[in-house]
Amino acid sequence: MAKLTIDDVEIEVPDGITVLQACELAGVEVPRFCYHERLSVAGNCRMCLVEVAPGPPKPAASCALPVGEGMTVKTNSPMVKKAREGVMEFLLINHPLDCPICDQGGECDLQDQAMAYGAGNSRYDENKRAVRDKDLGPLVKTQMTRCIHCTRCIRFATEVAGVEELGATGRGETMEVGTYVEKALTSELSANIIDLCPVGALTSKPYAFVARPWELTRTETVDVLDAVGSNIRVDARGSEVLRVLPVLNEDINEEWISDKTRYACDGLKRQRLDTPYVRRNGTLEAASWDEAFAAIADNVKNKDGSKIAAIAGDLVDCESVMALTDLMEGLGSPHTDCRQDGAQLDATVRSSYIFNSTIAGIEEADACLLIGTNPRIEASLINARIRKRWLRGGFSVGVVGQDTDLTYPHDYLGAGPQTLNELAEGSHAFCKILTKAKRPMVIVGQGAIAREDGAKVLSAVRKIAESCGLISDGWNGFNVLHTAAGRVGALDIGFVPGPDGKDVAGILDGAESGDIETVFLLGADEIDTRRLEKSFVIYQGHHGDVGAHCADVILPGAAYTEKNATYVNTEGRVQRAWRAVFPPGEAREDWTIIRALSDTLNKTLRYDDLAGVRRRMALQNAVFEIIGDLRPSDWDKFGELGVAEGESFTSPVSNFYMTDTISRASETMAACTKALAEAVEEKTGTNG
Amino acid sequence: MTAQDQQPDTFVFDETYGAEARKIIARYPEGRQASAVMPLLDLAQRQHGGWLPTAAMNHVADMLDMPTIRVYEVASFYTMYNLEPVGENFVQVCTTTPCALRGCATILDACREELGIDVGETTSDNKFTLQEAECLGACVNAPMMQIGDDYYEDLDAKSTKVVLKALRNGETPEPGPQSDRKGSEPAGGLTTLNNGAAGAGG
Amino acid sequence: MLKDSDRIFTNLYGMDDWRLEGARRRGDWDGTKEIMAKGRDWIVEEVKSSGLRGRGGAGFPSGLKWSFMPKEPTGRPHYLVVNADEGEPGTCKDRDMMRNDPHKLVEGCLLAGFGMGADASYIYIRGEFYREAENLQFAIDEAYEAGLIGKNACGSGYDFDIYVHRGAGAYICGEEMALIESLEGKKGMPRLKPPFPAAMGLYGCPTTVNNVETIAVAPTILRRGGSWFSSLGRENNTGTKVFCISGHVNNPCNVEEEMGIPLKELIEKHAGGVVGGWDNLKAVIPGGSSVPILPKSTCDTVLMDFDSLKEVRSGLGTAAVIVMDKSTDVVAAIARLSKFYKHESCGQCTPCREGTGWMWRVMERLVVGDAEIDEIDTLLDVASQVEGHTICALGDAAAWPIQGLVRHFRDEIEERINTRKQNSVAAA
Repeated sequence: MAKLTIDDVEIEVPDGITVLQACELAGVEVPRFCYHERLSVAGNCRMCLVEVAPGPPKPAASCALPVGEGMTVKTNSPMVKKAREGVMEFLLINHPLDCPICDQGGECDLQDQAMAYGAGNSRYDENKRAVRDKDLGPLVKTQMTRCIHCTRCIRFATEVAGVEELGATGRGETMEVGTYVEKALTSELSANIIDLCPVGALTSKPYAFVARPWELTRTETVDVLDAVGSNIRVDARGSEVLRVLPVLNEDINEEWISDKTRYACDGLKRQRLDTPYVRRNGTLEAASWDEAFAAIADNVKNKDGSKIAAIAGDLVDCESVMALTDLMEGLGSPHTDCRQDGAQLDATVRSSYIFNSTIAGIEEADACLLIGTNPRIEASLINARIRKRWLRGGFSVGVVGQDTDLTYPHDYLGAGPQTLNELAEGSHAFCKILTKAKRPMVIVGQGAIAREDGAKVLSAVRKIAESCGLISDGWNGFNVLHTAAGRVGALDIGFVPGPDGKDVAGILDGAESGDIETVFLLGADEIDTRRLEKSFVIYQGHHGDVGAHCADVILPGAAYTEKNATYVNTEGRVQRAWRAVFPPGEAREDWTIIRALSDTLNKTLRYDDLAGVRRRMALQNAVFEIIGDLRPSDWDKFGELGVAEGESFTSPVSNFYMTDTISRASETMAACTKALAEAVEEKTGTNG
Repeated sequence: MTAQDQQPDTFVFDETYGAEARKIIARYPEGRQASAVMPLLDLAQRQHGGWLPTAAMNHVADMLDMPTIRVYEVASFYTMYNLEPVGENFVQVCTTTPCALRGCATILDACREELGIDVGETTSDNKFTLQEAECLGACVNAPMMQIGDDYYEDLDAKSTKVVLKALRNGETPEPGPQSDRKGSEPAGGLTTLNNGAAGAGG
Repeated sequence: MLKDSDRIFTNLYGMDDWRLEGARRRGDWDGTKEIMAKGRDWIVEEVKSSGLRGRGGAGFPSGLKWSFMPKEPTGRPHYLVVNADEGEPGTCKDRDMMRNDPHKLVEGCLLAGFGMGADASYIYIRGEFYREAENLQFAIDEAYEAGLIGKNACGSGYDFDIYVHRGAGAYICGEEMALIESLEGKKGMPRLKPPFPAAMGLYGCPTTVNNVETIAVAPTILRRGGSWFSSLGRENNTGTKVFCISGHVNNPCNVEEEMGIPLKELIEKHAGGVVGGWDNLKAVIPGGSSVPILPKSTCDTVLMDFDSLKEVRSGLGTAAVIVMDKSTDVVAAIARLSKFYKHESCGQCTPCREGTGWMWRVMERLVVGDAEIDEIDTLLDVASQVEGHTICALGDAAAWPIQGLVRHFRDEIEERINTRKQNSVAAA
């Protein structure tokens, strides 16, 4: 610890921190532009200058100065005040005073700090600099004349995203931030630079001129567009979600979100199911809730439960899965499944289907084996954590599956089961690396388990985990990476086939053969719906995607921003989502629809409020008692003995930008898909 | 970026420059090959007739395993890399204060007259490009200009034109002071080191 | 006046053979092995006792700087980096040393490198010095060939490599941290200190950056002894120095003289005097463009060394003497320097990036008197907002010439503004 005096107050702070950090600990505000606690120190804006003794008689940049024992720091002296006014004046001489037409207005660091620390006038009478705008693709809008050259965006792209595309070219007052050759940013995390930009140089292109911050209602909730469970803030005006921003959660997304999480929200406005539908004479017609329920009752009444099946999709919340579980039980059907992709996961051993090491735990690992997963596009923020860990050094990554650019170097071990089996037998060289590591981890993706030999793959991975020391006291290095936000929650509830029940493949077979006559799709769109032609299909969900198209009855549900609901991320972390806007038209929160339907079917569920369904969830599985935190899951046997021998592992995600009903409906995600396809074409085209 | 229509699609080092490039890379410790980016860009510029197209930067980035943006940053930071085509003879007249005091304006005018172009322009026969330069570090031999790799010093209007004329005729004028000086010694007789005797170096 | 026998750079003008044979004839590479045999500590102590201060401009005691390097091997390479990025307007001394006496630098690298425990040396030479780099590389090749450097250098058992690295046009790379960045293949943007290069320099390894002249004088100091060097000049300002005399003198030249020589004597003895005589002198920038200008009254008596020039609120800098006679438009002369600093600012930190351009634009208006009188004070205030607020010293270097100008020639600026105002009134 070091003792220093900040503005006449003595404070003890940890050694090795900077004066700026010490000031923060002392509760003293130090203005800054370039400094950001998650990026390397640049020290270039000079806004954080303070007076330090002992030292030369000039102000020092507090962001870059380590604390020293006995140091005296002044942040309010005349020297500091003058220095700040000077830097502010310099920053503003070439910054356009176009705040009224700038999207950053109202949430602009430059604006705020100019008010707080500026002199209030400028003495600059010369011409201002103008800088040509850059085209960075469909997400980030530029107005580079406003750039104050803090380099946060460059440092983010280089350090956090690991996609070195941004730089500062030229020099002196003609230095420009950009990509030099025109190109769209290709990082899945690119739009975080908008949040990092302290001015209006980088703003949101889809959100351009849409709203001012003070018009918005803010709701902190969780994202469902992958299984990370990023914490987000949904900004809405009236009934419309206008934008999504990250919310700090050190355990999950830190303060970043992926471009899909941020920008798929315009998909919430398109192709929405806003009223019930009933198929009459082959055509879906708008109907009332009563008519829709009556149509279902007609079909289901007196039908044997074994003829009825239900599939839960990838975006489902736990409350609706709980309600559907109970309804199916009431109807006497054992045919329930949440694994649309056919993942061979075992719902009875929780540690076999979650990300046991935790996302933050990645930072403690010292070796990592990726099997059948491309975390960069399946879970961008988990990939960013792996990169963060790699940057610190002393970390090896091995890959079995597709060999792609993960933003960090890795040993490519092989494409599929053969390599996996070598690893399981201990004959592969990477086993030594795992065994030597103190905290080795393996991440197995859906690409390795959503296949016929998936259970054998799991068993092989378990063998690696057990023989290479991945499971030890206080450390579980076995991790399943999910891509569906609803999957872990549904597994926790046990939405898998009951005794003699059929899984998704069995249900589809049954639907074709006639064994299954009625299929309830709860937001399930990632299946081959052509195989449901013979059956009576009930689709409950929020988007008119493939599931709705094949339905006989459509029950309009709520998207994740429209309901108070529970989701469990890939780590097994239970989180609450909060309603930011109401569902459109006649659409309702999903569990209430099932509750109402149960009434019509005379299988009335025993709860009729949110608290009730949540008490039911906690009874079903105690994990639902803890919100936000994690409790380790016991290690147990799982998987199926035998030798995996299928094809090479491929990631279930081929296009990061379009993975679900919401992102498929998003125009922004469509634009990204197009831009990315062009970038790929260019890369493989002329010059590589 | 300009000269889009003049940007070649591809660039690769030829055998000679490629060998030189590999020699240069070897001067730096393993894993530090990015250090060679400046000399390699220089080689690329020499091979490509005095300017550096984007394809050349990409080639250098590839050779050194650097992200292209880092190479673009370097190429656009240092003034000796020409990101646009220049004439065969790249004439840079120093105009910083020590040269200004000794009449660099006259030299610039002489260049304008002799070449028929203004600063920043290239002659239509592509033989000359004229530029102003910041201090080139030959201040006691001011005024001066650099053409290609050579310094022409102690200039006046007349000697400037003589040098340019010679270059136009395909001759190689003798670099260095265009006066009767050899180097930086005072004109009109040495004030030191005039005994031919060894000094303290011995 | 310094005796020729006390001059170090005996081939400064290139009258003699600059190659190894000539260098040997002039005494270079004589007893190098024996000097090394006296050990690292001896070398550092001897340089300390010589009083040698860095010749690149800042004047930091060289022996002391060398002693900051780790005493024991750290498991990483240690580097000596020679700053040959000579670019301070007015300065052209290192150029002569490299083209006419390169072996002094090569031998200096070996001895200084050995003294500080370096494994290799990189000489960062400005890119425009193409011919100079050729000579230097030739000398290095000769030295390798003769076994003077490389494996078992001079038969000392010490391995030492020397490489030339050419810059590509950026004054800022003369700043040691920018130079290191540039040498690593990046833009020449100065790094923040701490950490200092002796702890974390080139490639994150212990590094010392020294000017060409500092390293090139080392062998002679070690051969003749620190006491010989310190017997020249004045206390704390010892030894000899190569001065560059440019501008309005009859015979501009480089010359090696004793530290502390009166400015007037320097100009009159070696440069043939001020054009039109001493009384035609208006002002002198005594140490390269970065140091404040001095009016004639000060020039009459001032001595050319670190402390004397500091006393008159200027500096020795690189000892580049830029002489201006009475015909000089001194405002334009300084405005041109402002343009230089604007051009050379790397753009990294706010005060320098924005301030150098602002100052230059105001200076350009002052040249023609297109300003208000109170803008002079605004300009000084802007300069003070740059000075001491930047990552490196370029901000200071941009501010000082302007401060010096206003300090000594304010009347002239005001007169120009007033004249223009009167003329425009008259014209109206």
